[in-house]
Amino acid sequence: MTNIKTKNRITNIAIYILLSVMVIIWLFPIVWIILCSFREEQGADISYFFPKTWSFKNYIDLFKPDAYYFPRWFANTLIVAVCTCILSSLYVLMVSYAFSRLRFKLRKPLMNIVLILGMFPGFMSMIAVYYILKALNMTQTLLALILVYSGGAGLNYYIAKGFFDTIPRNMDEAARIDGATQNQVFWKIIIPLSKPIIVYTILTSFMAPWMDFIFVSVIMKDNYNNFTVALGLYRMLDREHMNDYFTRFCASSVLVAIPITGLFISMQKFYIEGVTGGSVKG
Amino acid sequence: MMIGSQTEQSSNFKLLNKIKVPFKIFAKGDWATRLSFLIMGFGCFVRKQFIKGLLYFLAQVLFVFLCVFFISKYLPDLGTLGTVPIKRVWDEVEQVYINIQVDNSMLILLYSIVSIFIIFFFCVLYINSLKAAYNAQINSENGKKNNSFFDDIKSLLDDKFHTTLLTLPSIGVILFTILPLIFMILIAFTNYDSDHLPPAKLFDWVGLANFKELLWGSAQISSTFGRVLLWTMIWAFFATFTNYFAGMFLAIIINKKGIKFKAFWRTMFVMTIAVPQFVTLLTIRNVFANIGLINTWLQKLNIIDRAIPFFEKGWLARIMIIIINMWVGIPYTLLIVSGILMNIPQSLYESAKIDGASPFKMFVKITFPYVFFVTAPYLLTQFVGNINNFNVIYYLTAGGPKSLNYFFAGETDLLITWLYSLTSDKSNYKTASVIGIMVFLICSVFSLIAYNLTSSTKREEDYQA
Repeated sequence: MTNIKTKNRITNIAIYILLSVMVIIWLFPIVWIILCSFREEQGADISYFFPKTWSFKNYIDLFKPDAYYFPRWFANTLIVAVCTCILSSLYVLMVSYAFSRLRFKLRKPLMNIVLILGMFPGFMSMIAVYYILKALNMTQTLLALILVYSGGAGLNYYIAKGFFDTIPRNMDEAARIDGATQNQVFWKIIIPLSKPIIVYTILTSFMAPWMDFIFVSVIMKDNYNNFTVALGLYRMLDREHMNDYFTRFCASSVLVAIPITGLFISMQKFYIEGVTGGSVKG
Repeated sequence: MMIGSQTEQSSNFKLLNKIKVPFKIFAKGDWATRLSFLIMGFGCFVRKQFIKGLLYFLAQVLFVFLCVFFISKYLPDLGTLGTVPIKRVWDEVEQVYINIQVDNSMLILLYSIVSIFIIFFFCVLYINSLKAAYNAQINSENGKKNNSFFDDIKSLLDDKFHTTLLTLPSIGVILFTILPLIFMILIAFTNYDSDHLPPAKLFDWVGLANFKELLWGSAQISSTFGRVLLWTMIWAFFATFTNYFAGMFLAIIINKKGIKFKAFWRTMFVMTIAVPQFVTLLTIRNVFANIGLINTWLQKLNIIDRAIPFFEKGWLARIMIIIINMWVGIPYTLLIVSGILMNIPQSLYESAKIDGASPFKMFVKITFPYVFFVTAPYLLTQFVGNINNFNVIYYLTAGGPKSLNYFFAGETDLLITWLYSLTSDKSNYKTASVIGIMVFLICSVFSLIAYNLTSSTKREEDYQA
């Protein structure tokens, strides 16, 4: 018995060591960004880990008017993210509810169309999207970004549909017998029961504009004022700017990452429930 | 309503019957219904469905307006994609020649597609208006009351709720996914590249020439395609499975009985999901740069004399990408697998333990089959997702190291990043479109396999108890 116990203890210690090493590896880039953001010495290629002089200079510089004006990018991204988040989440929930709970003639054909559309590489069409926006006279605007990000959102209905599928049908049938319309069933029964998937949808659609780089770069070209942080920060690391802007890049990365990380960690539970509840059972 | 049910009965001739609908209506309709063929909504209007009738009529007016001012300008040129790029006109006042833009192939193609969409939707609307007129006629002949506009609105919240829910998302998808996609698919059959850039020059239909060029026609392009395709598949395979197994392993050891601070460990890894990829990947690229942190450390410790060119030698760069991708992907698998692990009935393990099974055996016989069964669809979507994984490649190497043997591609370029650089740097839209179609074909093969493997789609109806 003691033999098994010591063996178990040794395995556990080995696991702890392994986990610690892995955590260090996983946190390494993040810690490095944070350290660099406080580094007074400029330059990208620094061969030491800890800054020689600590300062808030990089953070302060971010708020000085410059061609690379971070606060504006941050505000842009926030506006785009909030609007996209509202529109996309609505679209996703609407489409997935329709496909999951309602029965209509075009349901299967439409689902097949979505399946096929999903197999095309998403930004194969970005050039055409650009010209459509140009025809609508909307290139280089934030509205264009919002429309592009939320426009195709309805296609990502699978996970939410999988979740809706698991809500027992007899609940809405009972409500229907009591005379509720489909609209009432949707708002009063399904939505209140679907908190995990709603939070999941909101979270993913809020994060999408923070991460996307391709569409912004196609749509905004060089209109620095309407950049989102992803594109702006990427530009900071252009070869010619890299040495001047690297530490500032790190500082802005920290500012971007803090709110998103906080949001993500506080909502992690719903994220897991969303992914496992939806994708897996669906 | 009545016509709708008739068509459904003989499902074999569904399409044929749909075409017949207008003729049937014309044969059976009275004067008001027949007049609706000319003036949309007339039948409804006569039968006191004023608003409905008016809306149909307005739709018709709008359509005629569009025909005159939009469709007729572009659609007729679809066959040639324009003939005159720029015309020189003598300006009497200024006494100079000025250039006037006449045709622009790109706009002709794009607006022709829009026109075809408009015509298609108008046809659907037209037939619906006829059905509505006919139904209104039947109802009044039978002495039934016709739906008021208010009733119609109400039904949109109830038995036609799907229309309400799907309309807006569909408009978004049509405008920003389907329309551009059709445009790009058609581009694959033209010679739209840097030598044929409208407005100065026009492009033209070339049939299957681009496909031929990519697959066997041009030695350089087709050998690049072959190599990029091979690397894309290797990448997708390793990226998917390294993440999957390593993530599962991590989830299992964190979930092991007796390991403390489970939530802490999990959060540490999962936190990396929340930091935007461009931030972490660009940083990692920097860490591994020639004069970056790692190389300098290794040199200081006298392990190496010269910097290791992590991203500058083909295979080394590829291996690095796969390894760094684990950093990005493992947390996702960890999240999903930990969720599933909690669902495995503990009794299975208890009884296995009584039978004296080793932890390894329990993994092989219980944990793995269970997790694999639930995650099979996830695994396949991951695979398809990795074929299209733009971010990791673009942020780490941007496709490099560039090679002269390749047609505007680097040794770590995936099909998708190659497509991107062909469009954004080289304006070679024709080849990019063909590559896009190839990616589609590859992805659809794997998706089809996934679709057939996962019984969930087939059992969808029984699942909804």
